[in-house]
Amino acid sequence: MAAITTTGRSDDATLARAFKEALYAGVLSFGLFVLFIGLKTDQNIRNELILVPRWRLLGVIVVLVMIARFVAVAWLQPWIERRKAEKARAPVVEAPPGFIRQNFNALGIGFLLIFPIAMVLLFGFQGSLKWVDNFGIQILIYVMLAWGLNIVIGLAGLLDLGYVAFYAVGAYSYALLGTHLGWSFWVLLPAAGIMAAMWGMILGFPVLRLRGDYLAIVTLAFGEIIRLVLINWREVTNGSAGISGIPKVSFFGLFTFNVSDPNYISKVLGIPQSGAYYKIFLYYLAVALCLLTAFVTIRLRRLPVGRAWEAMREDEIACRSLGINTTTTKLTAFATGAMFGGFAGSFFAARQGFVSPESFVFLESAIILAIVVLGGMGSLTGIAVASVVMIGGTEVLRELQFLKLIFGPDFTPELYRMLLFGLAMVIVMLWKPRGFVGSREPTAFLKERKAVSGSFTKEGHG
Amino acid sequence: MEVFVQQIINGITLGSIYGLIAIGYTMVFGIIGMVNFAHGDVFMVSAFIALVTFLILTLWLGVSSVFLALLIVLVAAMALTSLVSWTIERVAYRPLRGSFRLAPLISAIGMSILLMNFVQVTQGPRNKAVPPLVRGEITVIPSDTYAVTVSYKQMIIWAVTAVLLLVFWYLVAKTPLGRAQRACEQDQKMAGLLGVDVDRTISSTFVIGAALAAVAGTLYLMYYGVVSFADGFVPGVKAFTAAVLGGIGSIPGAVIGGLMIGFIESMWSAYFSIDYKDVAAFSILAIVLIFLPSGILGRPEVEKV
Repeated sequence: MAAITTTGRSDDATLARAFKEALYAGVLSFGLFVLFIGLKTDQNIRNELILVPRWRLLGVIVVLVMIARFVAVAWLQPWIERRKAEKARAPVVEAPPGFIRQNFNALGIGFLLIFPIAMVLLFGFQGSLKWVDNFGIQILIYVMLAWGLNIVIGLAGLLDLGYVAFYAVGAYSYALLGTHLGWSFWVLLPAAGIMAAMWGMILGFPVLRLRGDYLAIVTLAFGEIIRLVLINWREVTNGSAGISGIPKVSFFGLFTFNVSDPNYISKVLGIPQSGAYYKIFLYYLAVALCLLTAFVTIRLRRLPVGRAWEAMREDEIACRSLGINTTTTKLTAFATGAMFGGFAGSFFAARQGFVSPESFVFLESAIILAIVVLGGMGSLTGIAVASVVMIGGTEVLRELQFLKLIFGPDFTPELYRMLLFGLAMVIVMLWKPRGFVGSREPTAFLKERKAVSGSFTKEGHG
Repeated sequence: MEVFVQQIINGITLGSIYGLIAIGYTMVFGIIGMVNFAHGDVFMVSAFIALVTFLILTLWLGVSSVFLALLIVLVAAMALTSLVSWTIERVAYRPLRGSFRLAPLISAIGMSILLMNFVQVTQGPRNKAVPPLVRGEITVIPSDTYAVTVSYKQMIIWAVTAVLLLVFWYLVAKTPLGRAQRACEQDQKMAGLLGVDVDRTISSTFVIGAALAAVAGTLYLMYYGVVSFADGFVPGVKAFTAAVLGGIGSIPGAVIGGLMIGFIESMWSAYFSIDYKDVAAFSILAIVLIFLPSGILGRPEVEKV
């Protein structure tokens, strides 16, 4: 105790308070967890429910919560307070952004381009599959989706909780047209985009008058309607069984990735067979689509329609009184956002070779929305970082097999993926409510370009 | 005709459950203007609490009276669910109050994912079925081909819902707590200046909403006899739909909206396709909002410039 007092870390009052808080936390967590962790419902052989007590686990968790609370109150909080006080006292020195900060985008794109090559060099063709596919392509699809949704939420300020509907429209257009008509990817991609954009307009039209949370709930309802139609319209969509056998993408018709085809890539180029070529090709395709999305978004922001979106996000009434047609502004935002969702959907269908309504549940919309908000809404870099952190982070959990050594062979880290995803969403929001990148660079400025804090921009109320 | 009456009976039952959940959404929205996305999952958690409590009572303590068991389960579910909701508000929403508008929504969606997966991890992914607790029914319109019946289960649901709505109405309309709540709804800062403990009032709103959701959860478990970790989302969205339909922020609106959604669903299932009953509920939501953007009993949103 004396040691602590002399170093000024804490005093008796704080410790007493921490002790009390820890007790509260213990009682609370006992109350919360007693029926969930303490008792497990299970089926016996006769299929009746029985209760299996797990008191020891409950005890461990309650004690852990108490310790965590004690540490937080006794040492963590005073430390944070002191840091804050020091920061407030010290004069604000704007450190010039470092090399990485300055060239972040260029470095990021460079990394994207060499990523599969590096993986192949490190793990070989077979070993690179997992990294390129599960991490690379997966994350890029979410980047594409989030950038598409960013147009609707980040730029136009329309809170859309049913974005996954357009993703589904794109994927199903691709799957149906591809399997029935046998068109190639390069025809289907724009077709799926146009289809999704059209649905964006159709769904956007009725909600023009709605604002804020009403808009959110109606878009959510539309997302659910599309999913339910996909499940129940069995004649066309094959119901929950989904559509399989979607044709693979070919390399502009020059060579294909089907082993049986006469112009299979390894036959054309005279290299050994491997499934990795297709994944690497898809990876670069995803990078290209992402860059296209980013390019279009950046250019659109400088066009009158992009400025109208941002103006509408800030103040719809002022917008209308200045003669901006909010109807077309909203519809173009919905349609453009939906189009990129459709692109992502058709890419998803081509990559999986199989689509089913399972992939288009509300949770996906929530994940995409979370990425957009965590990324700082409107900031493309921030959103890309957020998808790497959130999607990559949950994918990493699949890889943590060594945890089995600690927690026993029954431990499956995959089970905890979405649990931790939800937890991460809450924690990031508490820690940085403005997202990872909280400042914006305006496209229109008077004398000099100045980044403004995100707190000065409005969002999501349109 | 018989089918119609029967569907009205079923619709009221379903609508009571939706209405009870919808009150939680509408109260929270009315007081802090936030969509408590985790509310549907709080409802699911309450059904699990009811399940485990019921199993403790029957398997370990050997309670044989169904009504005693139901009463204890109801009280336990209300108490523990309130605790869950109170904790969620304290941990995930309160620090974000006054922050920008989407932050609490994202936090709530995160909480919803967290709760769902927490239950999946701790209780397993399978459906949990309990044996039917209350059997028997009363025949209202006897007929050889299609007799209209009201089961005891349905009557319990009506009675419990009616009693709790009365208690709840008394709480909001007549007690100091309800007055504080209505004051905070109108103007939080002013209420605070006049000596209302705003934080505590908001907490109590969450607690009351959760207690009503717990009643809905218990009744849901009793009615359907089965619950799984994913059962929070669809009733949650429908209850939210009900709240919006009735005019979000309006408590009688939530009950009316809940009953309407219940009716639409049961009528549609009987006369049209049961596969598309959710599509019908959501489509009607969209149609109502397009023509009546602030719901049935909601005040139209006037923006002053």
